[in-house]
Amino acid sequence: MKLAYWMYAGPAHIGTLRVASSFRNVHAIMHAPLGDDYFNVMRSTSERERDFTPVTASVVDRHVLARGSQEKVINNISRKDEEQHPDLIVLTPTCTSSILQEDLQNFVNRASLSSESDVIPADVNYHRVNELQAADRTLEQIIRFHLDRARKRSTLDRSVTNAPSANIIGIFTLGFHNQHDCRELKRLPGELGVAINQVIPEGGSIKYLKDLPRAWFNIVPYREVGLMTATFSEKEYGMPYISITPMGISNTADFIGQIEKLVNVWASALLKKKLNYKLYVDNQTKFVSQAAWFSKSIDCQNLAGKEAAIFGDATHAVSITKILVKEMGIRVSCSGTYCKHDAEWFNEQVQGLCDEVIVTEDHTEVGDTIARIEPSAIFGTQMERHIGKRIDIPCGVISSPVHIQNFPLGYRPFLGYEGTNQIADLIYNSFNLGMEDHSPDVFGGHDTKQVSTKSLSTDRKDINWTPEAESEPNKIPGFVRGRTKKNTEVFAKQNNILEITIDTTYAAKEKPST
Amino acid sequence: MKTLEIPTFECETGNYHTFCPISCVAWLYQKIEDSFFLVVGTKTRGYFLQNALGVMIFAEPRYAMAESEEGDISAQLNDQKELEIICLQIKSDRNPSVIIWIGTCTTEITKMDLEGIAPKLEKQLGIPIVVARANGLDHAFTQGEDTVLAATTHRCPEFNPRTTNQQKEDVTKSVAIDVAPTKKRFDRKNKLNRFSLVLFGSPPSSVASQLNLESKRQSVSVSGWLPSQKYTELPALGEGVYVCGVNPFLSRTATTSMRRRKCQLIGAPFPIGPDGTRAWIEKICSVFDVKPDGLEERENQIWKIVSDYLEIITGKSVFFMGDNLLEISLARFLIRCGMAVYEVGIPYMDRRYQAAELLLLQHTCKKMKKPMPRIVEKPDNYSQVQRMHELQPDLAITGMAHANPSEARDIDTKWSVEFTFAQIHGSVNARDALELVTRPLRRRSDFLLGCHSLSKQTVNV
Repeated sequence: MKLAYWMYAGPAHIGTLRVASSFRNVHAIMHAPLGDDYFNVMRSTSERERDFTPVTASVVDRHVLARGSQEKVINNISRKDEEQHPDLIVLTPTCTSSILQEDLQNFVNRASLSSESDVIPADVNYHRVNELQAADRTLEQIIRFHLDRARKRSTLDRSVTNAPSANIIGIFTLGFHNQHDCRELKRLPGELGVAINQVIPEGGSIKYLKDLPRAWFNIVPYREVGLMTATFSEKEYGMPYISITPMGISNTADFIGQIEKLVNVWASALLKKKLNYKLYVDNQTKFVSQAAWFSKSIDCQNLAGKEAAIFGDATHAVSITKILVKEMGIRVSCSGTYCKHDAEWFNEQVQGLCDEVIVTEDHTEVGDTIARIEPSAIFGTQMERHIGKRIDIPCGVISSPVHIQNFPLGYRPFLGYEGTNQIADLIYNSFNLGMEDHSPDVFGGHDTKQVSTKSLSTDRKDINWTPEAESEPNKIPGFVRGRTKKNTEVFAKQNNILEITIDTTYAAKEKPST
Repeated sequence: MKTLEIPTFECETGNYHTFCPISCVAWLYQKIEDSFFLVVGTKTRGYFLQNALGVMIFAEPRYAMAESEEGDISAQLNDQKELEIICLQIKSDRNPSVIIWIGTCTTEITKMDLEGIAPKLEKQLGIPIVVARANGLDHAFTQGEDTVLAATTHRCPEFNPRTTNQQKEDVTKSVAIDVAPTKKRFDRKNKLNRFSLVLFGSPPSSVASQLNLESKRQSVSVSGWLPSQKYTELPALGEGVYVCGVNPFLSRTATTSMRRRKCQLIGAPFPIGPDGTRAWIEKICSVFDVKPDGLEERENQIWKIVSDYLEIITGKSVFFMGDNLLEISLARFLIRCGMAVYEVGIPYMDRRYQAAELLLLQHTCKKMKKPMPRIVEKPDNYSQVQRMHELQPDLAITGMAHANPSEARDIDTKWSVEFTFAQIHGSVNARDALELVTRPLRRRSDFLLGCHSLSKQTVNV
């Protein structure tokens, strides 16, 4: 057992649900107790999803504990099949079902007999993998299931498309800025004459999965989810893949370089020409993206040598570290990730770019490290933002886990050339905020807090608050406290009350506000 | 106890969305200032807590997870030793007056003997350890609080009428001299003093003092609250103590205080809405043989104050999907406000504990000439969504999982969880409660007219 207050990556079933619910017309059934369907709330609130989340629980209660699930799971699967006719039902294990050791495979076998939908059990071990690993695994599992079956039924189309095309793998629900990245990722190859064959899992349909191998290559933008699928397709269907994240100018250039290489494998045969993207990259770097110019400008000069600390998932932490160090000349004192399962890759990537590396899932360790280093800015997750608040250091959020404010409605990609602009803003604003915050302190502060509180209720002297009543407004949430106090005083004045008691505060509350 | 004849009780499949009962930690740790809540379970529980509680998690909360790992599940590690290490750490970091262990589904399934380990560790640590099994196998959302309060009931000191009487008699004597009362009045005072009234439920402290004040107006004084603001100030329970609940989900606490602590339960409607508050206080008065004074005027006055809100909701219809057990009381209040209630979903319905509330609901329906709503226990969310689709209520009170999708389908919704966190008890807060109910109806803007559904899904659900 371990004492824990906070975790960066969620439990395994969340990963499975994220993948399953990202596909179109796929339903997930969780084998879980009441209240474990919290995923639906997250998706509905954070992503502001308009549609009902296609996840239901086959509820584990006392009866299940005593007698096993018996027909319950199967009935729930058949019921969903009849009600909503999904293409695929993913039976999702949770910690509860893993402890109960029920034979989910058996349920699936029996349910498949009667249901028109395909049914598969998500093959994830609750105790061994986290949310991201489970998502990676589930995606591979679904793809493998459908491709293998298509091959058996010989409906698999293995001829590559005439024009260059690619699949984008790993965009899914509740991913950090995934929707915006997806748009940017579709545009970028588009400008290079590469069509997007399919995007999975987000918005993808199971019915078309058999056409996945028609693409010339796969793009895996995020390290955490999609690599398993990509390596599987490479091994079984000979599809090459790009695993460079096009985040930051040089990474994006590398990414395009890779596309060039892969496109040219087929281009000479199918298109009778060789493609060269060098000019495109040059033009984009110099004129479309502002980031290169920004790092040359005086603004960025002022950032030179400033210290930053970085923490997040492997993809984002590595990319941002590279951007800060190589593209902006900022010193990264510490770079870290909570993706412990990918520590080796992470270490390799940030080697030589930062003073120290931390790989941990313990937020207090991250907090202590940051407090010790005292960087000018932090780039991290929602947790680091709060750490920064506590020790007065600005923080830019660069990675999950995040709150609803990091699912912006406006266009905010992190990838591609527009992404470089967004990141430059984020970095500059974070540092600048810190400096603005400090300079008033240096000049003794221009804050007029004290004066303004006095002026809030200028004629307080003729109204007395009894000590008990005085403490009453303190029980009210801070943001309405001032108004409540004022209302009470106004009420007292109107009614010629000279001393405010607790009763007065309640009486004032009962009066309709005018 | 008489049971009610309500023909409209139904029970569905129990496939509904609600919060895990461990969420009670969120408000209880703030209510009991010197406590520390330790949730014993897997990552799933921790993930739920950190997401459900949002910002609170960053404020150095007095709760944490004892996260079970593979070794714990397969019993390679010793539960008692593991918990000991963790509790020692909590003691040295926070030094709470009580550690409350929240048992989860995990501890239930692995049959971890929390109740057995607690007394041993309690002795060793010198800190009381209270065990509450708030798991999703047996309970829904607010019932978590019920399990914690029921467990705390055992820790309340024993009520000793003699010592209390002694002190109080002195007071009555001085009163007797001052006011020179008639014999009758003296008797009444005396009678009141022989009993003690403890309220249970954990509203915010200002709501608690508002309710204290309500009963003080009728010269019935509240001698304590379960839970108290501090664990060290728990109220005395025992024979001669009257207890009364302020929330509809506290049936286990009520049973425990009656059966194990020999208290007398005052079965009253719950003080939600001016009508509920009045009925609640009237019932308490009737038990103590006090003639209530000025209650009707007070209720009417409150109704007058909220008349602007009533205008908005009168004649509108509402559908409760059900997830927090406040539904019956809220439905009763809203019917009194002139709304039509199509359906009251509720996770669990204790017909005995809620008897008075159900009766008031019936009376209210009769009085307002509204049909008695269907009460659906353990609802099935899928079927409910179908029914809502047919009924098209003006307002749906639902969990967050269904709120945005319903809004997209042009059904105004109010997030039900807000009712558990907002101040809705007592006459004073009637306005706040209606503020919540009317918000989705008030914010209707005209610019969306013409695009009724903002969802592309045309098939049901």
